[in-house]
Amino acid sequence: MAQAQAQVPSPGSRPLNTLFSLARSMLIPVMAVVFALLIGAIIIVLSGANPLSAYSALFNGSFGDARALNRTIERATPLIFGGLAVSFAFKAGLLNIGAQGQLIFGAILAGYIGFALTGLPAIVHIPLALLIGGLMGALWGSIPGVLKAYTGAHEVITTIMLNYVAFNITDYLSNGPWKDDTPGNVVARTPAIAESAALPSLGPVPLGFVLALVAVLIVWWLIWRMTFGFELRTVGQNPNAAHYAGMSVRMVTVLALVISGALAGLGGAVETLGVNGRFQPGFNVGLGFTAITVALLARTSPFGVIPAALLIGAMQAGTSRMQFDSGVAPEIIELVQALILFFVAADVVIRWILRIRASEGDKVTLSSGWGS
Amino acid sequence: MQATGTLARPTRVRIPWVGVTVGVVIIGLILIAYVWDARITTAVLTATLRQSTPIILGALAGIMCERSGIINIGIEGMMLIAAFMGFMFNVWTGNLFLAVTGAILIGGFVGLLHAAMSISLKVDQIISGTVINIMAVGFTGYFYQQGLTTEGKLTSIRIPLLADIPIIGPVFFDNPPITYAALGLVIGVHVLLYHTRWGLRTRAIGEHPGAADTVGIRVNPMRYANVIIGGMLAGLAGGFLTLEAVGTFERGMTNGRGFVSLAVMIFGKWTPFGAWGGALLFGFANGLQTQIQFLQNQLPDWLAWVGQIPTQFIGMLPYVLTIVVLAGFVGRARPPAAIGKTYEKE
Repeated sequence: MAQAQAQVPSPGSRPLNTLFSLARSMLIPVMAVVFALLIGAIIIVLSGANPLSAYSALFNGSFGDARALNRTIERATPLIFGGLAVSFAFKAGLLNIGAQGQLIFGAILAGYIGFALTGLPAIVHIPLALLIGGLMGALWGSIPGVLKAYTGAHEVITTIMLNYVAFNITDYLSNGPWKDDTPGNVVARTPAIAESAALPSLGPVPLGFVLALVAVLIVWWLIWRMTFGFELRTVGQNPNAAHYAGMSVRMVTVLALVISGALAGLGGAVETLGVNGRFQPGFNVGLGFTAITVALLARTSPFGVIPAALLIGAMQAGTSRMQFDSGVAPEIIELVQALILFFVAADVVIRWILRIRASEGDKVTLSSGWGS
Repeated sequence: MQATGTLARPTRVRIPWVGVTVGVVIIGLILIAYVWDARITTAVLTATLRQSTPIILGALAGIMCERSGIINIGIEGMMLIAAFMGFMFNVWTGNLFLAVTGAILIGGFVGLLHAAMSISLKVDQIISGTVINIMAVGFTGYFYQQGLTTEGKLTSIRIPLLADIPIIGPVFFDNPPITYAALGLVIGVHVLLYHTRWGLRTRAIGEHPGAADTVGIRVNPMRYANVIIGGMLAGLAGGFLTLEAVGTFERGMTNGRGFVSLAVMIFGKWTPFGAWGGALLFGFANGLQTQIQFLQNQLPDWLAWVGQIPTQFIGMLPYVLTIVVLAGFVGRARPPAAIGKTYEKE
């Protein structure tokens, strides 16, 4: 975790400055988490439980032993992909709430390739399933992209609506044509994937997590080292300036959501191939929204997504232990996440409490208005 | 094709031919359907009006906020929290009137939160709304316990005589109170926006806050008030879901209605009556969907294929419709000019 953070780039500055600005940029997210946990503790007290035992159970359930740690990494993996997806769109000033829909389409398509094709060697089967999952996510992401670019329909509404469409279609598929027909199965789910499609572990580390880290590097490279990334950031900060500079705002908008969708779709595919082993409706619900929290907590920085996803993943991994040990309902985690999001978004509150002055470039820029 | 003139020309009244034609066609179709099967037609129309109620209330909430220059993506969350709290008030007090009042007040409170974040704390308005949506899911998820029961829900009030008129009677004059209230509020918000000083000021701060400020309108307090009123309308929409439509709370029961409301608001070009038309369209899609599921086995032969469509595809109809409507109308509709920007006095 610490190593990953130390690599956070700040182009053109000396190592010491980098370290200093890194500490500064982490202050707000860290304090947001602290405040959110404090308020969460108050709520736990009010509902008649002991917050200390709840939080320590939460910690034990997520970092306490090897299995807990494994669970945390398992939960964090799709969140890294999702967080990257949302961050990437954010760079172009777009809020992709539809990561959820793109993710479940990636998940079900990867599951389909996983169970429908048999007899392939793993070296072909796994990449193929991942590719198809990512492509499906990209395809689903292209719809709001094209709509935004050519009609001005705001991506927040279209992506939410497409989430519901995706729920319905995947529900139909896993309950109809792609339903698991093993005797005795009554649940809506696809058959288990073939062994050759299952993501292996590299020693103690699941391959999916490694892929997520690779994705972080690629996205960072794309945003900060490629011409397209420059165009992406320019469009995000000032579409008019981008237009006058001769960039195609439409093209950038579409591509931003396509790539964002591909990342979300890959997240779903990795979840299916590495953790669940099949697609089942309801298994990855909420991931898309948690991804927004991850992205904002990471201040939309690709490397920041890693610790943010690990933190949220740890919270999710520890909930069952927390409920078992201290009787606190697992939904408290959603509440704490919402509070984290509040404090990250309304960082003025934290600055005011801690008396920190705002620095330039701290703010997340979104396209304001309805884009018409 | 469409009447786009925004400035009123006092000399000549323009007849909206497109609107008139659409209206005549719709009424004609309803009459044909009524002659064919009176019972099903009435059922679909009643369902249309009831299903449109939360959507038009949400759209009115959006109109109040956005006309004053604040984007409200958080309507969904406001509805959800108010639906939950309205239900809880009903559990605690057993008094439906208090419960509805509670839902409205809670909606107003969440509106205040949105106003505080987006106006005073200068959080990006879209992020602020998203925070509210995610908070609503977390809050209701944590505090909701299964197995709570209530004393029932709001029931229909039949207006004598008027309710005996064919078609119109059972559809418009035999409804539960919030459905009536929504109809009244469409008119109320229209009058408020276009025929009162408050409305003129609201539209002014949404279009050009700087100019409004120079003539002495206090921009940010006005925006606060409008966003809170919007929150109260969204709260009433939430109250409708738990206290009138379903009678109990379910997690995530708003099901995207808040977002559909925003699409409807854009469809109606930020006007109450336009939004009402859009809401009826969605109510119709929803009403048809529920009726198809009810009547699956009684459909006539030539419609039997409708019963064969998987329910999931019928279920996603309103969402697809939202996307189509949004894509078709947003480019042509002009939002309030100052929307999405915080206003700072110079």
